[in-house]
Order: sequence, then C-alpha cells, then structure tokens
Amino acid sequence: MSTMAVPDIAVAPVDEGFWTRSRKVGLTLLALGLLSAVLFGALATDQQARFTLSDDAAGAALEINGTIGAILFGIITIAAGAALLAGVPKRWFLPVLGVGLVAFVLSFLCWQVSAAPTGQNFMPLVNIIRGTFILALPLIFGALAGVLCERSGVVNVAIEGQLLMGAFSGALFGSISGSVWVGLVAAAIGGAFISLLLAVFAIRYLVDQVVMGIVLNLLAVGVTGFLYERLMQTDAAKYNSAPRFSNWEIPLLKDIPVLGPALFRGNIFLYLGLLLVLVIHIGLFRTRWGLRTRSVGEHPIAADTLGVKVLRVRYRNVLLAGVVAGIGGASYTLALYSFTKNMIGGKGFIALAALIFGRWNPTGALLAALFFGFADQLATYLGAINSVIPSQFLAMLPYLATILAVAGLVGRVRAPAADGKPYIKG
Amino acid sequence: MTNPNPQSGSPDKEPASEAQAAQNALGNTERAEVATEPDRSVAKPGPEPEPRPSLGRLFLDNLWAANTFTVTLLSLVLAIVVGAVLMIISDPDVLSTYSYITSRPSDAINSSWTLVSEAYANLFKGSIFDPEAFSGWLNGANGWQAVLAPISETLTYAAPLVFTGLSVALAFRGGLFNIGAQGQATIGVIMAALAGFLLPLPPGLHLLVAVLAGALGGAIWGFIPGILKARAGAHEVINTIMLNYVATYFLTWLIVQNGVQDPNRTDAISKGVDSSAQLPRLLGDNLRVHAGILLAVLATWAVAWLLNRSTLGFELRAVGANPDAARTAGISVTRTYILIMVFAGILAGLGGSNMVLGSTASALTPLVVAQIGFDGILVALLGRVKPWGVLLAALLFGALQAGGNRMQSYSGISLELVTVLQALIVIFIAAPALVKAIFQLRAARAARLQTSLAKGW
Repeated sequence: MSTMAVPDIAVAPVDEGFWTRSRKVGLTLLALGLLSAVLFGALATDQQARFTLSDDAAGAALEINGTIGAILFGIITIAAGAALLAGVPKRWFLPVLGVGLVAFVLSFLCWQVSAAPTGQNFMPLVNIIRGTFILALPLIFGALAGVLCERSGVVNVAIEGQLLMGAFSGALFGSISGSVWVGLVAAAIGGAFISLLLAVFAIRYLVDQVVMGIVLNLLAVGVTGFLYERLMQTDAAKYNSAPRFSNWEIPLLKDIPVLGPALFRGNIFLYLGLLLVLVIHIGLFRTRWGLRTRSVGEHPIAADTLGVKVLRVRYRNVLLAGVVAGIGGASYTLALYSFTKNMIGGKGFIALAALIFGRWNPTGALLAALFFGFADQLATYLGAINSVIPSQFLAMLPYLATILAVAGLVGRVRAPAADGKPYIKG
Repeated sequence: MTNPNPQSGSPDKEPASEAQAAQNALGNTERAEVATEPDRSVAKPGPEPEPRPSLGRLFLDNLWAANTFTVTLLSLVLAIVVGAVLMIISDPDVLSTYSYITSRPSDAINSSWTLVSEAYANLFKGSIFDPEAFSGWLNGANGWQAVLAPISETLTYAAPLVFTGLSVALAFRGGLFNIGAQGQATIGVIMAALAGFLLPLPPGLHLLVAVLAGALGGAIWGFIPGILKARAGAHEVINTIMLNYVATYFLTWLIVQNGVQDPNRTDAISKGVDSSAQLPRLLGDNLRVHAGILLAVLATWAVAWLLNRSTLGFELRAVGANPDAARTAGISVTRTYILIMVFAGILAGLGGSNMVLGSTASALTPLVVAQIGFDGILVALLGRVKPWGVLLAALLFGALQAGGNRMQSYSGISLELVTVLQALIVIFIAAPALVKAIFQLRAARAARLQTSLAKGW
C-alpha cells in the first residue's frame, strides 16, 4: 500500500473535522443496527431461538424469543453505533465496535434460527465452534506461512500452491509408507519445495514475486493434478489411502463445557496450528530472530548495514513458510479427506486475505481466519435449515471484508515496507 | 515510501543489473571458464581474433545470444524436457525398466522414448497438423475438414486467451498487475449470456449487444479495483484477487435463479444462448473455429494502436514507467489508473463473451470461464506484454490446449500436463538468467521480462 506515494491520490487524512474514521464507522454501525432491529425483528418469528450447548438439540440451551432477540440485539448495535458517533475515547473504539458487530450477528442469528422449519429452531454451538476451527485450520496455517514470508519482505501469493503440494505429498508418502508421521514430514517437504522455487526465483533471479506466486500456484495445480490422475486414480489403494491422525483428548481441558468437546478433542493439527500462532507471535516480537526478520522486511539496507544477512534471513523464512503451509495442507489429507484434484480450491487465497485482514500479524491472522471460518460454517448451517440467505453470499464475505479493509474503510492496513522488493546488495 | 531502488519501478529494466545477475548465476555453476569469456559488449564471435566474422557465424552467434526469441525457444525446450521426465516417473511400467538399467539400458531408453515421443506426437497432431488426416483426404477417406480440425481447435482455444492476455498486458504497461482478468471475464460471461438469452433481438444486432454486454460487465469489474487504487491507494493485486472469487460465487448463485436456470434441468446450468447471439462459425458447422479469433486479431491491433499511437497510450506508458514523473508532466495519474483498469476489464470481458457466445459453451455453468483469466497472465508474460507477442503466445497456449486433448484421449496422458508445461515455460522465461546459465548463452540485452514491477503490496 505504501508504495504509491501519490499526492493526487486522496489518502484518507488522520482527522478531517467532525467526520473522523470513528464517527463514520459509528454511522455505519448505527445503520446496521437499525436494519437488524427493524428488518430482522420483523422477519423473525415468535419461536424460541435455542442455542444448545451440545452437538445436537439435546441438553442445556440459551433460549430467547426470536422477535425479541432480534430487536434486542439490534438495539445493542444501535447503541454501540451511537456511542461511536457521539465520540468515545480512542482506546474504547475497538471494544465498542466489537460489541456492536457481535450483537449484529446475534440479531441475525435470532432471526434465522427462529425462522427455521419447525423442530429445527436450534443452533448447536459445539458443532458450530468445532466446524469454525476445522474450516479455519488451513487458513491459519496458510496465513502464518504468509506472515513468515512477508514479514521478511517476500510476497507470498503461492500459499495456495504450498498448501496443495503439502496435501498431495502428505497423501502420497503417507500412503506409500503407511505412517502418518512420514506423511507429515513429506507434506512439510512438499510445501517447502514450492517455497524453495519461490525463494530461488524471487531472491536470486529477481523475478517479480507476485508473478512467481501466481505461476507456482498453477504449477502446483498442474503437477499434483497430473500425478493424481496418473498414480492415485489408477491405484488409489496404494497411492491415495493415507492413514489419518486420530483425535487426541486433552485431559482436564476436554471437560470445559462447550469449548472442551469443541476444541480439546481434536486432532494434532488443531493444537499445532494454535501453538504455532503463539510461537510465531512470540518469536516475531520477542526474539532476536523476529527482530531480524522484521528489520529485513521493513528496511533491508539498514539491516544489512548492521550485519544481518538479508538474503539468508529471507531464504530461511520463505522455506519455513513452506514447511508451515505444507503441514497445513496435510491437515486435509492426513486427518479429513483423501486427496482430490485441486482440493485446496482457493483456500490459499482466503488465507492471503486473512493475512492482510489480520494486518500481517500472527494473532490478527488467527482472528481473521476464525472469522472467515465462522462465515464458512454459518453458510453450511444456514443451508441445512433452508435459510433464505444464499450460501454464496456468505462465501463472498471474506473477500468483501478484505476489500473493505484494504480500501481503508475499517482502518488502514499497512504491509511491511520492503514487502515484494528484491534486495540487491551493493 | 522511499523506494531504495528507483529504477526497479520502471518497466524497462536496465541491462546492467541483468548482466550482473547473469554473471552471478554463471559464477555459481561449475563451468567457470565462461567467466573468462572476452568482453561481452563487443560483438565478437569467440576467442579467435578474427576481425571480420562470416555472416553465417554472426548469425549463429546472435542466435545463441540471450535474445528474446532464443530464451523463449529454450524455455519451451526445457519445459518439454521436464514434462517428459514427469511422464516417465509417473508411468509404473516404464519406471520398472529403470530398475535394471545397468544390465539392459536399451529397455529403459526404448520404453521411455516410445512413451514420450508418442505423447508429444499426439500433442502436435492435435494442435497443428495430422499426417493421417492429410493422407486420408488425398485418398478420399475423409473430407478436408479433418485436415483443418487441429488448427480449428487451436484457434478456438486461443481466441479468449488473446483477450485476457491483452487485458493483463495492457495493465502491466501501465504499471498495474491485473490478476482480476478471471473475475472480469466471469462477469463478462454472465452479462453476455444474459443478453444472449433474455433479450429478443434480431440476428446481428443481438450478437453485437451480447458482445458489448460482456465488455460492459468486464469494465464494471475492472472499474472497482481501478477506483479503489486511484482514490484509496488500495493495492490492485489484493483487490483483483478478492474480486475474482466474488465474481465466481456470484456466478454460481445466479445460475440457479428462476429465469436463468434451464427449466428442464436440475443441475446448475442456465438457459442456452439464442442462436442469433452466437458468433458465426468460420469453416462450417463441423469445425469449431468461430469469428472470435477475428475479433481477437482486431483487438490486438486496437491495443497495439492504443499503446503506441494514441495519447492515452502514451500517458499509460508514462504512468507505468514512473508515476511521479508522469504527474510532474501534467498527466492525471488517478484518471489513468481508472482508465487502465476499465480497458483491461473490457478486454477480459470480451474474452468472457467469447466463452459463451462462441463454440466452447452456449450456456452458463459454474466452470464456463475455465481458467482463461489465470492463463491470460501467463500469456501476457510469455508475449512479453506486447500486443502482437500476446497474440502469438495465445496461439501457442491454444495449441497446447488443443493438442493436450488429443494427448489425453490417445496416449492417456492427463491434460494437466499442459498446465505444467505452461507454468514451466513462463517460469523459465521469467528468469532468463537461469536459461542463460543452463545453456551457456552469451549475454545480450533486452532478454528480460519487462514486468518486474517489484513494488510490493
């Protein structure tokens, strides 16, 4: 974003009189609140909207009358919007915005759940949360791969290809060896292979990084598709029947209501993904490696002057990104499905969106990935209760949200300053 | 903000860094003797101190210099070699002969040769010329259509790629990376198809309206990232990627709506485009080649004129070369950015129209656009972001596609190999230094892709 220092481009000023960013967001939120209170309230039925704390309709539940719930949460959104419009201290901006948006979603859910066919007026929270995390997993791994690459100044559009290659080699070598662990290592190597190509061509041959990423995605689709048809389709038993990681229950944590069954009875990839977010976040902001990575991504000349080996740091980080994304690909083939052609199907680009939406920050990327995963899971749920909301529009949500974020409508996002610029020592 | 390497934004890479990169690449290979080659800037044929080299020698030397043509050709060769390796390692029968290669090498070599040569022969026969069809025509076994069928297929596949390739190339010249040709073509295909089956218009006019509707759809989808770039500084790469998916989901939603979906079908397919809105076929109903390829040539000419002869083209290239300098010279950069993306969108939208108004499909399906937008990026790069180069590159890609179909049905080699070949060709031409290092080419200028934007997000 920062590259076009174009004065005749109207960059939103920090403060433009009364209509500050906070007030504009407040106005938008107010409009959303009115919409939900009036429209959702009118469309909701008098059925009880039940949010069950289990996998199905049984058990304890949070209940609220549909119409009342939709209007009530709509009013909360209006209140949050009004608060922002009236002007709140800066540190309250995000919490108030968060409350407003959550209330908006709840109002929407009250309408949807109460308007569902009779007998289906419930939303199983455990199911929803588990699904959200499962759908977010490849996004988390992919976005972390993006963080590692881009924080050191190499644009990673090849996330899709890294995930795909990881999924493929995990399935192939897992099947041949019959061991999940061999599969996992192979997946990491597969992802790193695409990364290696990206690194060599971007860092050594100075090929435009976005071009290279796009081409590598196509290469990964081609190679895996070709080998899939030649090997896996002809002899699925030998080449495409990888063993799968079983679920590991974590003692104590698994007994937490709702969260326990949803999160702590999952497979290794879920724990690994969450752990990696933590590790990379601490690594990036608290360790020497992180400082060097960030300095190389922001100002490579300065880093070089101080004795940091810029190219070595970039090579290492890009390869590491491939390993992470490769494992993310394996979270499909070594835990859920057998390999199919082009099975990642655009998840790599949603991961890129999560990376940007999360502002090149591991924790932000995690939250963005969970938000996108939730939208995905919600689409499935709404499809199951015959909702009037087309699932395709929910599927568009991550992309639209990213466009809004990049356009500066919900706060500016800024990439590392040297992201995408090759470094030529000299 | 401050670009540490101001030249890198220019589409015209300085040859100095090019030669340097080449030398770095050469230095790391084992053959260090190349580094001792005499001064490269002088067009001397070789180590012998001959004052006037013969014409033939000069020709050979220039041929082996790293010019655009040679690098492209050698990239093609490299891609074909890697493709052959992939074929061999994915064929268990052939691979098994390699287990005893030391005792009987002829087995491995023969079986590999049979496999690879047959596959590539089918690739050729399916895309350019089939000798059997020709002899069949001579002795009356089949009509002349069978002789032209491969060319017809090639042109059919090439036509939409010309448009999307031009779309990407035009944006490149203006300093923008249009990854959104896919989305623009998707909206184009939607608008063209809707105009094709919803509007009751007379033949001729109907076709014109449908084609223009496709262009309009693409223009809208190009305008969005254009205005976001110009007004909010939002990076067009991110926005076009995101809009691609928005367009795809919109298409899958639209197909199953009342009034759009074919009432006799339960699966996701729309009504068919009226015959009055279909592009006429050029060589009779048995051959698929249609007027789209003529439109494509026309579009190539128009883009070439726009870029090289018009005021807008000059402004566009100036902005692409250096936006700051262009602004100082009085060019409105914001206006140019928006126009670039709108024109790019129009071209991609026309490519979309080709998909549904031509002979590839006549109704909307979720996959109606195929990969033309992404392939367009490769085509633009292979064509060195020059309009006539794009046309040639699109013909090559169309030929690979057409030949790939025959390779799949006759040799059982998956069509995906074509994707691999296409990606590999572009990888190699994008890194001429690598090709030079592999083939020990003499360094020459202007072999580099003009697309190293190197601007980051």
